[in-house]
Amino acid sequence: MAQPVENAQSVVSLQQVSLRYGKTIALQDVSLDIPAGGMVGLIGPDGVGKSSLLALVAGARIIQSGTVEVLGGDMAHKRHRDAVCPSIAYMPQGLGKNLYPTLSIEENLQFFGRLFGHDADERRRRIDLLTRSTGLHEFLSRPAGKLSGGMKQKLGLCCALIHDPDLLILDEPTTGVDPLARVQFWDLITRLRSERPGMSVIVATAYMDEAQRFDWLVAMDEGRILATGTPQELLDRTASETLDAAFIALLPEEKKRGYQEVSIPPLAQDERHDVAIEAQNLTMRFGDFVAVDHVSFRIRRGEIFGFIGSNGCGKSTTMKMLTGLLPASAGKAWLFGHEVESTDIATRRRVGYMSQSFSLYTELSVQQNLVLHARLFHVPEAEIPARVAEMVQRFGLEQELDALPDSLPLGIRQRLSLAVAMVHKPELLILDEPTSGVDPIARDNFWHLLIELSRRDRVTIFISTHFMNEAERCDRISLMHAGQVLVSETPANIVAERGAETLEQAFIDYLVEAGGGAQQITVAEAVPLTTAARPPRSSWFSFSRMYSYMWREVLELQRDPVRAALALIGSMLLMFVIGFGISMDVEDLPYAVLDRDQTGLSRNYTLNLSGSRYFVEKPPVTDYAELDRRMRNGELSLVIEIPSGFARDLQRGNHVQIGAWVDGAMPQRAETVQGYVQGMHQGWLQQQARQRYGSSISTNATVENRFRYNPDVKSLPAMVPAVMPLLLLMLPAMLAALAVVREKELGSIINLYVTPVTRSEFIFGKQIPYVALAMLNFLLMTLLAVTAFDVPVKGSFATLALAALIYCVVSTGIGFLASTFTRSQIAALFFTMVISILPAVQFSGMMNPVSSLEGIGRMIGDVYPTTYMLIISRGVFGKALDITDLYSYFVPLLLAVPVVMGLTILTLKKQGK
Amino acid sequence: MRRLANIYRLGIKELWSLARDPVMLVLIGVSFTIMIYSAATAMPESLHKAPIAIVDEDASPLSARIVSAFYPPYFSVPNMISSNQIDPGMDAGRYTFALHIPPDFQRDVLAGRSPAIQLNIDATRMSQAFTGNWYIQEIVLTEINEFVQRYRGNAAMPVELALRMRFNPSLTQAWFGSIVELINNVTMISIILTGAALIREREHGTIEHLLVMPLTPLEIMLAKVWSMALVVMVAAWISLTFIVQGALRVPIEGSIVLFMAGAALHLFATTSMGIFIATLARNMPQFGMLMILILLPLEMLSGGTTPRESMPDFVQNLMLLAPTTHFVELGQAILFRGGGLDVVWPSFLAIALIGAVLFFFSLARFRKTISQMA
Repeated sequence: MAQPVENAQSVVSLQQVSLRYGKTIALQDVSLDIPAGGMVGLIGPDGVGKSSLLALVAGARIIQSGTVEVLGGDMAHKRHRDAVCPSIAYMPQGLGKNLYPTLSIEENLQFFGRLFGHDADERRRRIDLLTRSTGLHEFLSRPAGKLSGGMKQKLGLCCALIHDPDLLILDEPTTGVDPLARVQFWDLITRLRSERPGMSVIVATAYMDEAQRFDWLVAMDEGRILATGTPQELLDRTASETLDAAFIALLPEEKKRGYQEVSIPPLAQDERHDVAIEAQNLTMRFGDFVAVDHVSFRIRRGEIFGFIGSNGCGKSTTMKMLTGLLPASAGKAWLFGHEVESTDIATRRRVGYMSQSFSLYTELSVQQNLVLHARLFHVPEAEIPARVAEMVQRFGLEQELDALPDSLPLGIRQRLSLAVAMVHKPELLILDEPTSGVDPIARDNFWHLLIELSRRDRVTIFISTHFMNEAERCDRISLMHAGQVLVSETPANIVAERGAETLEQAFIDYLVEAGGGAQQITVAEAVPLTTAARPPRSSWFSFSRMYSYMWREVLELQRDPVRAALALIGSMLLMFVIGFGISMDVEDLPYAVLDRDQTGLSRNYTLNLSGSRYFVEKPPVTDYAELDRRMRNGELSLVIEIPSGFARDLQRGNHVQIGAWVDGAMPQRAETVQGYVQGMHQGWLQQQARQRYGSSISTNATVENRFRYNPDVKSLPAMVPAVMPLLLLMLPAMLAALAVVREKELGSIINLYVTPVTRSEFIFGKQIPYVALAMLNFLLMTLLAVTAFDVPVKGSFATLALAALIYCVVSTGIGFLASTFTRSQIAALFFTMVISILPAVQFSGMMNPVSSLEGIGRMIGDVYPTTYMLIISRGVFGKALDITDLYSYFVPLLLAVPVVMGLTILTLKKQGK
Repeated sequence: MRRLANIYRLGIKELWSLARDPVMLVLIGVSFTIMIYSAATAMPESLHKAPIAIVDEDASPLSARIVSAFYPPYFSVPNMISSNQIDPGMDAGRYTFALHIPPDFQRDVLAGRSPAIQLNIDATRMSQAFTGNWYIQEIVLTEINEFVQRYRGNAAMPVELALRMRFNPSLTQAWFGSIVELINNVTMISIILTGAALIREREHGTIEHLLVMPLTPLEIMLAKVWSMALVVMVAAWISLTFIVQGALRVPIEGSIVLFMAGAALHLFATTSMGIFIATLARNMPQFGMLMILILLPLEMLSGGTTPRESMPDFVQNLMLLAPTTHFVELGQAILFRGGGLDVVWPSFLAIALIGAVLFFFSLARFRKTISQMA
């Protein structure tokens, strides 16, 4: 397979490249020439800088120092990146990382096809071609999120190949994929290369057996390059038989110190065969999906039992059923002869559990983690210090006692995780993929610990893994596929029975027999994978690319119930709440009378009050003690006290004082009450004057108040036009912010970095659906206002709608602007709230007009678009205006559009940091 | 006994987790200090530089006297406009008030013809419209009466209305604003803390560790409830003592101990709610969105910001089911009006009932979903 590559010129050339994320150094002064036209492997464990290097080569990350030349040009230059990006295909690490899980295979491919400018016929042709040759054709309508790991990777490859790249960059394409799918994947790549001999492929991998087949290898560790050369050269140089051994030999001395090959003493056979775990027909269904299908096995005490299979084959689910985390849908399991029940507290104390993610309390120190777990497992308090000390010594954690888990290297975290699982001395350890992501030396050291536990302490160990060399170390293994156990035997017997050379070969054999993807190989053979036609060159703005993002966003939004609900119900709910909640009306105020006079005149006075819609009369008060009590518990907001002799004194023309006790706890309400009472009092005086003296002694002048636009001075007609601009700002901005940050969090933002799509196409494409959604919200809210709240649109609806449209463009733009600064969804939500709600509520004239504000508040109010939307909304709703009256307020709204969008596009990065 | 020990230890663990989470600490710190302080001081007085325009068609000493009676901080310096500028100015929202003094106003007043001044009010600006109306009337009539009195003596009004503001004699907004914010933040922070504590365990995968240990869901939930409630209690007490009573000098009428007892009951209910919301949300962003949709109605409709009486009946009745309604009620009764247990016991009872229902509801939901979380 190896091709002569010495003469070829290099496709990628790095000179003194360094890269750091904060304090961590990902790449340290790396210089490297990668020959063209070959299949080049980057080998090394997780976190050594392989992915960073590939991201730099693909142009997905900003180059911090050094030069990176790819396909004959400097990747630091934007023009070169734009020119070569249609020739590079990049498949990032993580299963389906750049795919959209809610979109189907067809939709994902259509999306990428559009980004590279293919027309509809061309896309159809290419999609059919690619999916036929990879066996995905019959699953076109299945969402990417529901594909198996192997199929996801094939889809990822199809998406990468849709534009015929010259350079294919694959970052750990087969991690977590079952062996058969891996074989198929590499067959596909081989076939591809034979059809397009000029194409260079760079692959990062953690599987050394795969690397064996590559043309040229780069071994990496801790951001540096250990060695380069063909696989044979590396083996020769280190005098090793396997690449695993060669890699360990290449590591610097301090890392290898104390390293020993793993050797396993045989399991003592003299012990009685008592059973630690037994499972019979264990089954787990999630809806229609059968995750675990009638699994049965039996594990003896002291045995190391392995579960081998790809991601998603049911290993973790089975383990969770055994620990009682998941109740089984059918079947039974026994631990130490007790049936597994989630309520069985006693058995749990005999089991230790460690999961893939080494779930530790990252906020607790190493020591605190150990002590907490010891206590929760009820290790007697007196024994805890000794026990913790024992664990610390045994698992080599002396140096890290006070460190927080997050600050520790993966290998040490893994040991800590095991120590935590062992602190209560369980008889059974359940380990779910405990070694994923850990470098080979740490992995072997971990196995030393496991073997010691098993053979010396006779702890039963139930472990799952997808590394074949680990599987070989188990006493017995079960091969799992699609929820079923294919075989349970010792590794040696499995190999022997199949007559295979290696365990992996035997596993593949079993998989083929089980029907796992066998048909996929046969369909494709004849169809060529690639096509000759080149996609057209990218222009500076392509509607097709913008449309591609828009269409994708619509599909995703349709399929995400929580966001869709927030978008549609959220605004209605909040409008409803605020409409009723922020009420300035003072209605039905409970009041009572303390009438010490009890004459016709005193009753006449209070009659004035009881007739008002603002007040509701409660039973009268008899004395001050009662007045005090009833006002304290909030029953009464107002008490009118009429002194004894009121009528008599008034008759005589003496000075009389009526007392009004107002609950001042809520100052705003108290002021309103004060106004009402005074008005009522004045009215009564005038009425009395007229009755008594005729109308001659009236007041000097009167003030006629005309409450304009809202003659009843009701709260709703005032609130509704004010709430709509607030809600049209807040929710669309939050949804838009999430739309970008979600892509950042899930990793699909990489498509912005490495495809020809420009920032403006990306933003506008994403914006259109949210503006449409916001307009739908606008219509619904208007409908709610007119029907439920009975607030009519007095002016021109068209004017309001036009303003709303411009305003929604701005509000979604503000969300996008917030998303360019933030990295996590929660931060985006928070940040958007701060830059939208605060200025909108405080400074835009919602409560107090902008002209009443001073200082910074005034400045913000003068430029913030909500100020103008509020004027237009109030003008149309309440004041019966149209565009001829309001056109001057459209100007600042319109000006906000280029400002906000321009800022967004400028601050959005076309490369990752 | 063993269960109590578990609950205690898990709770201590929660406190450690919180102590090492700078974001949450800042959130708690800011909520109970800066936010309360700013809510108290930034709460706008209902009349502050209210924009007013005056059309003076009289141009007499009396009208000049009226014009000069309007000045900051309650009102802006009046804009002198002509009568045809009233409509466009009000349509554009430039003035909330427009006072129209007719021609020959002074002459008519002195002649006892009781002329009318027209006051136009933009009633779409509720908060200013209402209070401003009374202020302006009073200012105008006082000016006229004083003016007239200089020409001829005026009989004192036979009946005087003595307005006495109870509990807050000068109607200082800060008193109200600070307490309302405190009450709201107790609810908000307790829901966020408990919800986040559960979601964090879920995101880190530590919840499945708890589940394989000899612990029951009840213990896990109670541990979160007591620890987070304690944090909020302490924060609220500090805030009440040092910010509300200290920095803002708000006199507290009632017993702080009684209020804290009410808060403890209330926290039992809200922390249960936090757990419940966390079982609905799959991750922090969803939790954040749900929070907004749940917290806003709770805060706005429970009578804290605006009085309950003015809401429609069905909203009032519906909100009786929310613990916040009763907490606001008891908080205001104790802190503003100095009510004792004899006055607020119905609210205590209601919160205890609602809290118990919420707790068992959340526990049932927690038990049901906990296996899916792992």
